[in-house]
Amino acid sequence: MTTLPTTHAAPHDAPEHGGHDAHGEHAKYPFLQHHFDTPAHQFGSAKLGMWLFLATEVLFFGGLFVAYAVLRARFPEVFSYASHYLNTIMGGVNTCVLILSSLTMALAVRFAQTNKKNAMLLCLVLTFMGAVGFMVIKYFEYSHKIHQHLVWGKTFYVPPDDAGGEAEKLVLSKAPELPAALVVANPAGPAIPAFEPIPAVEVSAIKAANKAPSGLSTPREQAKEEGLPVASHDAALEHPSLHLSDPKMPANTHMFFAIYYCMTGLHGIHVLAGMVMLAWLIWRGARGDFNSNYFTPVDVGGLYWHIVDLVWIFLFPIFYLIH
Amino acid sequence: MTTIHAPRPTALEVQTDNYLTHSRGFLSWALTLDHKRIGVMYMVGVLASFFVGGMFALLVRTELLTPGQTIPGVTADVYNQFFTLHGAIMVFLVIIPSIPAALGNFVLPIMLGAKDVAFPRLNLGSFYLWVFGACFTLVSLAMGGFDTGWTFYTPYSTTSPAGGVIPVLFGVFVLGFSSIFTGMNFIVTVHKLRPPGMTWFRMPLFLWAIYATAIIQVLATPVLAITLMLLVIERTINIGIFDPSMGGDPVLFQHFFWFYSHPAVYIMILPAMGIISDLISVHAHRHIFGYKFIALSSIAIAIFSFLVWGHHMFISGQSPLLNTLFSLISFSVAIPSAVKVFNWLTTLYKGNISLTTPMLYALSFLVLFTIGGLTGIHLATLNTDVHLHDTYFVVAHFHYVMMGSALIGMIGGLHHWWPKMTGKMYSEALGSTACVIIFIGFNVTFFTQFYLGSKGMPRRYYDYQPEFQVYHVISTLGSYFMASGFFLTAYCLISSLIGGRKAPANPWGGGSLEWQCDSPPPHDNFATQPSVGDCYDFRSLRWDEATQGYVIDPVLAAEAAKHPLH
Amino acid sequence: MAHNTSHEHNASSEPHPLVGHLVPMWLLFGVGTSLLVLTAITVAVRYIDVGEFNLVIALGVAVVKATLVALFFMHLKWDRPFNLLTFVGSMAFVVLMMAFCLMDTGQYRASQFKGNPPDVESTLQANAPGAPVARFKPDAP
Ligand code: HEM
Ligand SMILES: [Cu+2]
Repeated sequence: MTTLPTTHAAPHDAPEHGGHDAHGEHAKYPFLQHHFDTPAHQFGSAKLGMWLFLATEVLFFGGLFVAYAVLRARFPEVFSYASHYLNTIMGGVNTCVLILSSLTMALAVRFAQTNKKNAMLLCLVLTFMGAVGFMVIKYFEYSHKIHQHLVWGKTFYVPPDDAGGEAEKLVLSKAPELPAALVVANPAGPAIPAFEPIPAVEVSAIKAANKAPSGLSTPREQAKEEGLPVASHDAALEHPSLHLSDPKMPANTHMFFAIYYCMTGLHGIHVLAGMVMLAWLIWRGARGDFNSNYFTPVDVGGLYWHIVDLVWIFLFPIFYLIH
Repeated sequence: MTTIHAPRPTALEVQTDNYLTHSRGFLSWALTLDHKRIGVMYMVGVLASFFVGGMFALLVRTELLTPGQTIPGVTADVYNQFFTLHGAIMVFLVIIPSIPAALGNFVLPIMLGAKDVAFPRLNLGSFYLWVFGACFTLVSLAMGGFDTGWTFYTPYSTTSPAGGVIPVLFGVFVLGFSSIFTGMNFIVTVHKLRPPGMTWFRMPLFLWAIYATAIIQVLATPVLAITLMLLVIERTINIGIFDPSMGGDPVLFQHFFWFYSHPAVYIMILPAMGIISDLISVHAHRHIFGYKFIALSSIAIAIFSFLVWGHHMFISGQSPLLNTLFSLISFSVAIPSAVKVFNWLTTLYKGNISLTTPMLYALSFLVLFTIGGLTGIHLATLNTDVHLHDTYFVVAHFHYVMMGSALIGMIGGLHHWWPKMTGKMYSEALGSTACVIIFIGFNVTFFTQFYLGSKGMPRRYYDYQPEFQVYHVISTLGSYFMASGFFLTAYCLISSLIGGRKAPANPWGGGSLEWQCDSPPPHDNFATQPSVGDCYDFRSLRWDEATQGYVIDPVLAAEAAKHPLH
Repeated sequence: MAHNTSHEHNASSEPHPLVGHLVPMWLLFGVGTSLLVLTAITVAVRYIDVGEFNLVIALGVAVVKATLVALFFMHLKWDRPFNLLTFVGSMAFVVLMMAFCLMDTGQYRASQFKGNPPDVESTLQANAPGAPVARFKPDAP
């Protein structure tokens, strides 16, 4: 079996098995399962299986991307406003961390293919460290947001620790007026309010909404120049629900955070799963299971890790980089 | 069937080893990697769930005998739980896994002449995911059940006071992954484990159907999974994406749900269509007509099925543009379905039809699927659906396609491969009587519901106008009759295990590879790589009195080889 | 499909793989570097306001990055075309779903509640008493 791997040579729909000396192959390669004929046959099958799994991952995340697109189309002003609450630097650093860990993963595959066990282990450990680093940064991001009550749902407006009901008063006073049509004079009357089409949000309103509360992402000096109300830094630290006092906050801003936590949360779970997988690969690698003939787990594990990276490559711009 | 190298053992030879006797003990089943045993375990699980789901159906029908309360203690709330449980069990635990996971697992690798599926361990894993998902349904019952309907529409499902909603959502999530992994496994198996000589267009049509199904399983099910997860977090932490009072969008939920669930109805029907293609050809002893059309129409259906989900949402507030588009595309799905029906009919034409039990099921399928499919067109017509949506007309439609077609196809396939799976022949008299009873009972039950629906009886209602009662009574009596047919089937099959005649290798005269190995097949399926010909060319087969089965006649085979059909 | 051995730069010094494709070191590092550079670019573009184009640029860069990862890190360039088809196909289905759902969104704009949840909840209560509305749970995290 020194010829080209069948994986590359045969057209994709040609049946591959049966053409080889099955028994010889099985004696030569102990890892070869009984229903495969050659290592290439087994490897190709594993890869196809993994790619199909990745396709399911794409659709799994795809649902959330669709939800994102729909919400964003409904509330464009919310997205351009709320994205300023996210820390682009942290997000950018995390992107780099994941890219580097993808690189080390790809290197690990290469070292497995070339029988460089220690280099492979080193790369796997580095990849694992990348995952840890990513989660640590994510932890800081999350805890910061939660401290500021930048969360999902109604708690965004009415924090649980808001004993005096201050936040609620804030939101009620600052929220945009409800369209008159919604307020039915006679509660026993028609249950379905007569909806008047609401004029599309004007561009200028979006522009204005772009200005996050000063002290967060707009430099304070710039905010002062533009005559925006500037909250003092101390106030930002004292009052966690600072966003509620921002008159420019559009209605339904919480939706941004809802989808943000869903998508990054699901991605985070995938990173955790990836860490488990990497730990398993390191353990098996250290045991000496992999060599240039058999490195399938490293290869398909790598595919999984790259897709986690790939998803993040899209999450980063759609949350952190929108205006 | 052109070349057979290995001499076939005759059925008179004593079989010492088959997959059932290969090893013994509970663990040899619980930890088995043998696709045949996994298929049998699935089958047992699916049939048990079918029994439970069927009991709920009978409860629902009984409750509807009279307006208002009929069964003491069954209040409207309990009734809601009954039909929800019936629907959820039948869809997620029975029909979706029945053909691919149970029959497919057993038959697919053998049809390919392979030793196993590509990933045997994953296969066992899928089975345990199925068990796990089924357990969650039980947990949900213990925690107060669920009454959301099998469709889990928001905002009801996010606000329903029933305690078991979250566990069942989780259970369906897990079942979804069971289905995904089965699909992945089958795609890889079909791609990689075909024997030399078996080109794509030499595969039995059942394999094409399973392959097309697997595409849907892999592409659609993850969307269901994420939707259910969103529902769970919606219920637990009020995230609001589907909640209109928080700026969320409940119609988005319906988009998500039907993006999965319309393709899912093809997960149910496509494998049944595959079975029917094989049953009709084998039991009519005639080469399948239009092989390529049937094969490719399966793929076409799989792809098209992703483009029509909005026909479930015509009156949900979906935009007129989308309504029109979805209505139009839904019509076009009927084309590949009709292609199949016409090809089956042409196969039967001038065929040498044996009215065996599997064939009776196949003929029932033809009738019932045609009715179900045509009423689908009624529903896909935009303005007609405004009247018919959420009435018993829809209930009748989907029972014709899900039960009358998908499930009947499964039962037909079960009868077809029963001798192969168990090594026993069942009583033809009992089997065909049961089939006739089921067919009549089914039509009495559900045809009535077309009438009820078109007169305006809404679905999922506990109470109704007195003038509907006579139809409800007819429908309920029909369901009892049908149930007796299923009990007879169960008796017929179970009694065959005890007193059945030993099955020959090829009792029906099938040409695909599974009929070349013994009944029941040995542990490794084939001792040597079997050779592959045209599996719908039956000319070399001859009835053999001694074994009471079909055997390959060398003379006929030589003759057939001289005149290839294609 | 590119032939695997022709890409091999140090084939003589290293064992030839029985299966899979050996991606040269320089290529792996090259791709890694390009990804980092692209990230820097896309972050920088955020601070320039080009209106709608910001989104286009950000997504465009993301697509380029994703393509690099898929082709080189994930070996798709040398892999079987069917694997590529699986991957691209799955994304096509996401786009399909997104396209149909987005066609719908504009239609509901009119019926949207323009307010924050506490108000909306009271409005809904007034207009449709008893309708299923998720209740605000004060003890939620
Ligand atoms: C011939 C092609 C078919 C067409 C054009 C079609 C069309 C439709 C339409 C328009 C509806 C929505 C009715 C409404 O809610 O107002 C519907 C419902 C349904 N169909 Fe079909 N159908 C077809 C085949 C099938 C098949 C093969 C199955 C299953 C095996 C199936 C299962 C269902 C189910 C389960 C529902 C109801 C779902 C629910 O609301 O609970 N259909 N069909
Ligand atoms: Cu449908």
